[in-house]
Amino acid sequence: MALDKPYKNIPGTTVFDGAQARKGFQLNQFCMSLMKEENRQAFKADESAYLDKWPISSEQKQAVLDRNYSKMIELGGNIYYLLKISATDGISVAAAVSTMTEHGVDEYMAMMKQGGRSPEGVRFIDEKNSKG
Amino acid sequence: MAKVTAGITTSHVPLLGRIVDTKQTQTEEWSPVFSGYEFTKKWIAEEKPDVVILVYNDHASAFDMKLIPTFAIGCAEEFPPADEGFGARPVPNVIGHPDLAWHIVQSVIEQDFDLTIVNEMAVDHGLTVPLSMCFGQPDAWPCKVIPVMVNTVVYPAPSGRRCLALGKALRKAVESFDENLNVQVWGTGGMSHQLIGERAGIINREWDTRFLDKFEKDYEELAQIPQSEYIRETGTEGSETVMWLIMRGALGENAREIHRHYHIPVSNTALGHLVYTCD
Repeated sequence: MALDKPYKNIPGTTVFDGAQARKGFQLNQFCMSLMKEENRQAFKADESAYLDKWPISSEQKQAVLDRNYSKMIELGGNIYYLLKISATDGISVAAAVSTMTEHGVDEYMAMMKQGGRSPEGVRFIDEKNSKG
Repeated sequence: MAKVTAGITTSHVPLLGRIVDTKQTQTEEWSPVFSGYEFTKKWIAEEKPDVVILVYNDHASAFDMKLIPTFAIGCAEEFPPADEGFGARPVPNVIGHPDLAWHIVQSVIEQDFDLTIVNEMAVDHGLTVPLSMCFGQPDAWPCKVIPVMVNTVVYPAPSGRRCLALGKALRKAVESFDENLNVQVWGTGGMSHQLIGERAGIINREWDTRFLDKFEKDYEELAQIPQSEYIRETGTEGSETVMWLIMRGALGENAREIHRHYHIPVSNTALGHLVYTCD
């Protein structure tokens, strides 16, 4: 019998489950390598050559080069792994996170300071069918 | 005999570590966050715990995708701070309590909890930020620390029921340790935050507040909340809050709230902090 996956109907949200973990294994392991200063230096010196050492897909490689966090998440990246890339770039967590939203970083921080994004209307992909 | 005397819960936002490390805690922007820990700092200086069992989730620091234990316990003599991508935090090494940790291993596994035993690892912001919030910037941490790691990074995290039960098992384990030790149990992580996707930035003050209100008496009810509800209501990373139930289980039936602090936002996160004592 199939397992219940109630987290699948939350909009704008990719939960890091087994399927994502399988897709992103090598991408995430690449990110882990950035916990060492020598590897961060090698990555910064030639990102493309450094990425070629990892058996990731060309789509995953391009998403890293583009710092396309939404794409990296879609392709199996986990945010705590991907934040090693933003740390290497010297940008804040909020700056990296904001790239996945409709806001630029300043607008995003302004939203947070006003109490963050409301859960109203973003609990279910189809709110109408799921009420009650 | 060793005894669980008190506990705290707190968010462990990494940015707070940087604010402490760069001495910005008293600025206009950050003092409202840190003032909520002034009570705790004074209180803990008087309580002087010998050991803190510190429950947190590793954020892809000690464990990578090769190995993901659901519950693990640090039995090492000491634990260095992890380099999370921007160099290790300038904080002292965390000194463990291997005698009590190994005692907990035996007791808790014999109570049917299959803990993973860790003898060498670095500890990340999940563990060091709570220490900084409560102890500031000492040359050495004033107590021993036993790290208890919970997987909340890869779905599924353990259930609230399992976390609460682990807390109860930890209490039994501590109470059967012969040495006289003042032990605290801390539950960290949470509250509302989502760091991914178009829904990033979600904050649910109402849900968080209800959780804080029910934590003292209605924790068995909180333990029934499925991970999908934490995610839906408080964000993907909001599900870290389940770890607080380990602390709550460890403090027993008669635990009481003596301090509460809630602040929005710290970076992407709603910060929650409780101090509890128990019989």
